[in-house]
Amino acid sequence: MVTAAENTDTNKIWRILEEVCDPEVPVLSVIDLGIVRDIKINGDETEVIITPTYSGCPAMDAISVDIKLKLIEHGYRKIKIVSVLSPAWTTDWMSEAGKLKLQQYGIAPPQRSDRGGPAAAVACPQCGSKNTKLLSQFGSTSCKALYQCTDCKEPFDHFKCH
Amino acid sequence: MDPLTAYVLHLADNNLVLTQRNGEWCGHGPILEQDIAITNITLDLIGQSRNFYQYAAQLSGGEVTEDSLAYLRKEREFKNCLLVEQQNGDWAQTIVRQFFYSTYQYFLYEQMQHSKDVQLAGIAAKALKEVTYHLTWSSEWMIRLGDGTAESRARMQKAVAELWPYTGELFEAADYEKEMITAGIAPDPGSIKESWSEKIKTIFKEATLAVPEKVFMQSGGKSGIHSEQLGYILTELQYLQRTYPGAEW
Repeated sequence: MVTAAENTDTNKIWRILEEVCDPEVPVLSVIDLGIVRDIKINGDETEVIITPTYSGCPAMDAISVDIKLKLIEHGYRKIKIVSVLSPAWTTDWMSEAGKLKLQQYGIAPPQRSDRGGPAAAVACPQCGSKNTKLLSQFGSTSCKALYQCTDCKEPFDHFKCH
Repeated sequence: MDPLTAYVLHLADNNLVLTQRNGEWCGHGPILEQDIAITNITLDLIGQSRNFYQYAAQLSGGEVTEDSLAYLRKEREFKNCLLVEQQNGDWAQTIVRQFFYSTYQYFLYEQMQHSKDVQLAGIAAKALKEVTYHLTWSSEWMIRLGDGTAESRARMQKAVAELWPYTGELFEAADYEKEMITAGIAPDPGSIKESWSEKIKTIFKEATLAVPEKVFMQSGGKSGIHSEQLGYILTELQYLQRTYPGAEW
């Protein structure tokens, strides 16, 4: 049974983890990304359940360490990070605040999950034009595709729908 | 070795060996965007193979780790199919190999996501999303080069002739696999053959390439009998751990 005290404590941890950022897209927190799936408190142990974005995402190890360090900084001592694969992560779990932050950072945010192929009409994060083209399905990290705006000519990253 | 561990190793080895091959392109791709594309695909493949190796290590117990499985097994212990160990050749050959394998992976994982083994189902469901990108990318290249210039078309047809004999094995179940099919854990590779062939035909048609007919098919990789290529791959892949056991970055 989850007691009221435990609930307050997990809520506190959710808030603390908003300070842990993705090392490759530093404007997004692990909460914005939707990779923290659950937080459990078992006696004096804190368990954080995370899921990888892509199977080979090299940032996951760094993220686990960063979560641990942040919790230690806030006085937690026994911390367990568990990685689960199922259900598979989707960009639909990204927060609306996160999408806005991406946009302001110059990365076109994901719109909707659409398996296979790029999303239709990705807006340029610089000028807002929807007159853009896909340069490459694969970009600087697993989660991004490379686009170019045909109006302002600026190349930009698009966080792929996944 | 129990059949489940053997089957999981087969899945892991397929990806690891192709990873090592594709990795040879790193810094040598025809243009920057495609260098990044092939290595990004490879990153997904290594991630998937790590998931399989970690599961195999857990099943094996004892001192076995994902690293000991990748770095310390001998050639005959590897259960990857022959297709993935074939040489990169030119860009055409790398594309054809990737297209054949991604198509196979797509239909395999599509079924495996409903496996009775929860762990395999989870890995497959996640990998399927990634493989979908790989299949789109390699299909586009098949068409671009097949229906390209006389030179690119000739190279593609040559690559197809080179690799086609290694595709038959994909649909033959190894002994360990047969038990897993009966248990509802592994998809029957024979049942994937039709979807695979249909996809190949569709893309070949658009790429104006001819599908080979009546070719003698090679097999053995899934049971540990490999072509000459695997020894060279493992020599490079395992050198560091064999020379400096336990070395870490």
